Amino acid sequence: METDGAVTPRLELKGITKAYPGVLANDKIDLKILPGEIHALLGENGAGKSTLVKIIYGVLKADSGEMKWDGSPLEIANPHAARKTGIGMIFQHFSLFEAMTVTENIALGLPGRQNMADLSRRIREISENYGLPLHPERHVHTLSVGEKQRIEIVRCLLQNPKLLIMDEPTSVLTPQEAEKMFETLRRLADEGVSILYISHKLDEIKALCHKATILRGGKYITECDPTVETAKSLAEMMIGTNLTAPQHSEEADRGPVRLKVNNLSLDSTDQFGVDLNLINFEVRSGEILGIAGVAGNGQVELLEALSGEIRCQKAEDILLEQQPIGLTGPTERRGLGVAFVPEDRLGHGSVPDMSLIDNAFLSAYRQKKLLSNGLIDTRKTIDYAEEIVEKFDVRTAGISHTAGSLSGGNLQKFIVGREMLQDPKLIIIAHPTWGVDAGAAAAIHQAIIDLAAKGAAVLVVSQDLDELFAISNRMAVIAEGRLSVSRGVHEITIEEIGLLMGGTAGADVSKEFDSVA
Amino acid sequence: MSEFDWIVPVILTVITAATPLVFAGIGELVTEKSGVLNLGVEGMMVVGAVAAFVTATLTQNYFLAVAVAALAGAFMAFLFGILTLSLMANQVATGLALTLFGVGLSALIGQDFVGTPVDAIAKLDIPVLTDLPVIGPILFGQDPLVYLSLVMVAGVSWFLYRTKAGLVLRAVGDSHDAAHSIGYSVIGIRYLAVMFGGAMSGIGGAYLSLAYTPMWAENMTAGRGWIALALIVFATWKPGLVLVGAYMFGGITILQLHAQAAGLDLPSQILSMLPYLATVIVLVLISKDESRIRKHAPACIGKIFHPAA
Repeated sequence: METDGAVTPRLELKGITKAYPGVLANDKIDLKILPGEIHALLGENGAGKSTLVKIIYGVLKADSGEMKWDGSPLEIANPHAARKTGIGMIFQHFSLFEAMTVTENIALGLPGRQNMADLSRRIREISENYGLPLHPERHVHTLSVGEKQRIEIVRCLLQNPKLLIMDEPTSVLTPQEAEKMFETLRRLADEGVSILYISHKLDEIKALCHKATILRGGKYITECDPTVETAKSLAEMMIGTNLTAPQHSEEADRGPVRLKVNNLSLDSTDQFGVDLNLINFEVRSGEILGIAGVAGNGQVELLEALSGEIRCQKAEDILLEQQPIGLTGPTERRGLGVAFVPEDRLGHGSVPDMSLIDNAFLSAYRQKKLLSNGLIDTRKTIDYAEEIVEKFDVRTAGISHTAGSLSGGNLQKFIVGREMLQDPKLIIIAHPTWGVDAGAAAAIHQAIIDLAAKGAAVLVVSQDLDELFAISNRMAVIAEGRLSVSRGVHEITIEEIGLLMGGTAGADVSKEFDSVA
Repeated sequence: MSEFDWIVPVILTVITAATPLVFAGIGELVTEKSGVLNLGVEGMMVVGAVAAFVTATLTQNYFLAVAVAALAGAFMAFLFGILTLSLMANQVATGLALTLFGVGLSALIGQDFVGTPVDAIAKLDIPVLTDLPVIGPILFGQDPLVYLSLVMVAGVSWFLYRTKAGLVLRAVGDSHDAAHSIGYSVIGIRYLAVMFGGAMSGIGGAYLSLAYTPMWAENMTAGRGWIALALIVFATWKPGLVLVGAYMFGGITILQLHAQAAGLDLPSQILSMLPYLATVIVLVLISKDESRIRKHAPACIGKIFHPAA
């Protein structure tokens, strides 16, 4: 890439400022993206990345500052205008319509009339070309988070954008899928498309991006070349302090088996869901078991069966400390000392319109004894909410604010904290750091490890292999509703796991893997 | 033949009893599909009824009367829109207030017209076709509004599920935040949907005062607006089922009259209860299939939209 002033930038921002009551979200931010450049936007949660990106996409209006597009002044009134200009955007919180099909969702984001049959065909084409498998006829509410994100990506690609803004696009992809998408992005860049890439995965940014702009606390810090920086130096520029990797106590004391799942089979209630097929595993006290897998391979169903939202066929399918709990509901299981961090933060892990105090109460009232004579003990509940906010560094304007007002990463910290501080015997965590920045992710990882060291059994379901390798003692892979045999993290490589995650492609390897184990 | 003579008049009365429900139901369906719950259907209908009746008495122009009824209903809905969409008042409370307001306002407008006779809207009379036995009067002997109601059902169904604009309307009802972030004008679309609902309710009211019972009496809608609201849930927000439901409710209403006339030994209260009992039973049955409800019920219904980012 030419980096000097000879090339007219595709998009240039100068002194963009945006204030909210009490907060300066963007303070005189500069940004320059050249044609065909993959440009990273780096910063912690709350650094002002989302605000900046929304200004570029026309969702928000800047208070001051100027924008230029191919050298001429740019005025974007709304997202329609942005798309007309050639700006495509993939949001972190999906803009999807749950009750509609994939095709209908995509049609809504495209201008003019659409021939639905023709559109379905184009969706299939693009999704195959770019390695983003999608069924155009499926309804969105039946899809997993990963599949939902694919819709957003395909929707953008259909519009042949000149600038593509991607907010953490790989957070739910397997390494192979991510690598395939990088190829796509590189191809798009070679075709002259500029890409503004927001991610917390620094290795990824180093491998993919030509340039990086770093924001901290709403301010522009610097522009640098990520290929010459190290992941550590990038993280430190973004956080402003030093980082420590999670400390693993090697060969921690393994206690007795806490959770045992016995030949669990379950037919999905959803016609597009995945049936669980003879799932077997156990988690010991003091141990972290990681379950890897591509979204939509039975994780949702397995988590529902473990949490008790869906009852098993037999009580003996799930044993908690030798006690059959397959037929009990979520509240009883919580009463027995099990805690859950579900995949979906808003709606599943929290009530978005209720305060953090109420949300703290809802899952913890038994374990933390927040009830007195059947009434809510307000003082104790407030103390508990404050404890979570303090210990897990939840950045919020106050615990009386609603859960929905927190950014994704901060809400995740709150939910993880709420569950962990209940001192569970067993904790089941889905995607612990999805959408959480590097600093906070490190803190959550450390908290998980510390909890296990205190004797809890931990089950982590995630698609982020780096994360699973960093924290797990053992790992297993779920593919098409079947769970592989688990193995110690030191006995298995990331490539082997990746192949297993590929499902059918890895069928032969899976057999081999079984016989080895 | 002679023993079935009663069938044709019964079917004809079922059609007239069902038509106002079809209008009000299909209009409110569009409103609800956009994510707005307007409980003021009863009020909009009764204002439509009086507007149509007064216009018809003064001008003898029935076309104008129906148009004025539609405008009056749309105007009532516009008031509702200002309160709930622009000023963000609670939709349930505002809707209830709209009904009370409509009942009072219509009584005021209509007080000099109580007891005034007016001719019913003329029914279609096509030589030969209308004279056919049985199907003649049923298919070819209705008044124009009956045909219009059927056209509206087909039209709304086509609009919602075959056009881009209909897709956008359903999208706004499913997730107003997502629709806003893609760049659709949530408030603007909801105003249009609410006013369409009002216009249809107005025409439903006009049918009552011009065709069903060609006269004006205070509060003459007698709860039909509420039945129309129940119909939509009953129909799981599907236009075709709104039509089926309206005819079923109409049928049960008429059945109850005929049963009483025939001296059937059942308390009339039980018969009057039937439509509502049927709604409850159907609701229980359809609620068993959660995905079906999720697919058709607008997820944002009754929620206030704050357009801040």
